[in-house]
Amino acid sequence: MNQDRSVPLVQVENMKKYYSVKGGIVTHTTGFVKAVDGVSFSIQKGETLGLVGESGCGKSTIGRQLVGLEQPTEGKIYFDGNDLSQLKGEKMKKIRTKLQMVFQDPYSSLNPRKHIFEILSAPMLYHGISTKETVEKDIVDILEMVGLGRNVLGRYPHEFSGGQRQRIGIAKALSLKPEFIVCDEPVSALDVSIQAQILNLLKSLQKELDLTLLFVGHGLGAVNYVSDRIAVMYLGKIAEIGEAKEIFAHPVHPYTKALLEAVPVPDPAEKSREHALLSGEIGSSTNPPSGCRFHPRCPYAKESCTTEEPELMKIPAESAHHVACPVVLTDKEGV
Amino acid sequence: MTMKKNERDIASESYYQTVIRRFKRHHLAAASLVILVILGGAALFAPLIAPYHPDEIVGTFGGAPCREFWLGTDPIGRDVFSRLLYAMRVSLLVGIMATLISTVIGVILGLLAGYFGGIADMIIMRFTDMVMSFPYILLVLVAAAIFKPGMWSIILILGFVDWPGIARLVRGNVLSLRETNFVKGSIVAGMPLPHILFSEILPNTVAPILIYATSVLALSMLDEAALSFLALGVQPPTASLGNMLNGAQSLTVLTQQPWLWVPPGLLIVILVMAINFIGDALRDALDPNSVKG
Repeated sequence: MNQDRSVPLVQVENMKKYYSVKGGIVTHTTGFVKAVDGVSFSIQKGETLGLVGESGCGKSTIGRQLVGLEQPTEGKIYFDGNDLSQLKGEKMKKIRTKLQMVFQDPYSSLNPRKHIFEILSAPMLYHGISTKETVEKDIVDILEMVGLGRNVLGRYPHEFSGGQRQRIGIAKALSLKPEFIVCDEPVSALDVSIQAQILNLLKSLQKELDLTLLFVGHGLGAVNYVSDRIAVMYLGKIAEIGEAKEIFAHPVHPYTKALLEAVPVPDPAEKSREHALLSGEIGSSTNPPSGCRFHPRCPYAKESCTTEEPELMKIPAESAHHVACPVVLTDKEGV
Repeated sequence: MTMKKNERDIASESYYQTVIRRFKRHHLAAASLVILVILGGAALFAPLIAPYHPDEIVGTFGGAPCREFWLGTDPIGRDVFSRLLYAMRVSLLVGIMATLISTVIGVILGLLAGYFGGIADMIIMRFTDMVMSFPYILLVLVAAAIFKPGMWSIILILGFVDWPGIARLVRGNVLSLRETNFVKGSIVAGMPLPHILFSEILPNTVAPILIYATSVLALSMLDEAALSFLALGVQPPTASLGNMLNGAQSLTVLTQQPWLWVPPGLLIVILVMAINFIGDALRDALDPNSVKG
């Protein structure tokens, strides 16, 4: 196990995921949906990276590829220094268990025909994490971690509420002793009152077990609450990435600014503040806008934005804050 | 208060308790089940119940029912009642075995087509369409011409023509089930393919398979009767409900000796109807989306 904190646990290099679009009388590929189009980032061990963006920007696709549900069209994923696409057989099996996922919809993430003991014990026994003799005790330990008791073992998923099911979903992910968990909008299907509980649970588990999380979400509040760093995505690309505090205090990219301004503030005094809300719709990922993908909706767009595709660039004054907007950056330097 | 208690009871009962409770409400199906169990028992224990050996000549030629021969004797002097018991045995065996074969083939092909999709799906489903569009009477005629007609040939033939419906049904269900999070969760957990197919997906599609299988059972018993009636199925001297009816092809038998064809004909009707009623009740009882409680 790599204990060196300077080497990222998860590293994604230039990940692309294109889905072919079929059509025509004689079926053939007529185009591609570019769900993820050249994304690179890394996550340090013990860190939580939040991934935000509008629906359809590719954030969930990134999560699915990290846990192996889909293979990237291009690019590499490294976990603990291993290229995931090159792993085979036993080693693959072993590493796969280290990357787990908590799903968005807790109502479909548990097999309705099995009781909780069966759901939790099968993977543990298969991977030899537990034995027939100890599995019940191990499961009870995990259930206690997520705030549930032994009494749930013999019950079926339909007997639980959404929040309880999500706890079981988290227990299922934890049961394989993972190092990295992708949380794919884990609270967006839950009642607001339950959301906070689940977020707190994730946060405390992360500390307790030294987990590394990728937290995918579209609610900025929830993402900010659990994340150390945040990446903002727009149409398959990262627009801005940096420390959560930094992003909230000094958003640089026009899209991030718009997102933050769309967060409702429970303060009447703030009501009068100017809202630079976005106009227009998110562009098509089959045929994304040329140059900067955000330019049709961007209040600061210049002539060059329509042709030049912006790269993620480091903001000079700040340590780990990167942004893909040359216009704002040059303005900043000019000030 | 009592209402509340009832609701709790319903909420806490297991799936199978719910199914049994719903099934019991279909009185016709419950009665059919009883009849089927009695007839099935009679068929199973035919050697103990039958008063005579079914293939031995024990009485007069074509004798009417009397105290010695409850349902009379056939034109060569065999006891009709004994033959009827053994015939039911053969017919049920043919029906059950053919259904079993077609269900196993259909489930496996449907699972593979639905789960893997793409080229595997295309090949399997086009093959299914081909088998479905093939007139099975023709297939049976050809098979009967090539192989020796008999009970096992008819079982195999019916087994190999009845599976496409089940394959389509299973494929459709698998297509939607493989997108569910619990199947994806199993993939992420690194579970092996057989576990995902047979332990995660299959239990969630058992209900429609069971319902469909009852209609296949009824159909294959009818098919057996039809083929045996045409002398392409179970061959004499072995009795089956179909080839016992074969005798009714002659006008004298039809008008003068009703004891030769009414009992087997009636039995076919009763068996097929009972199975279909049970299938209908299962459809309601197993429906997980039913709101009728």
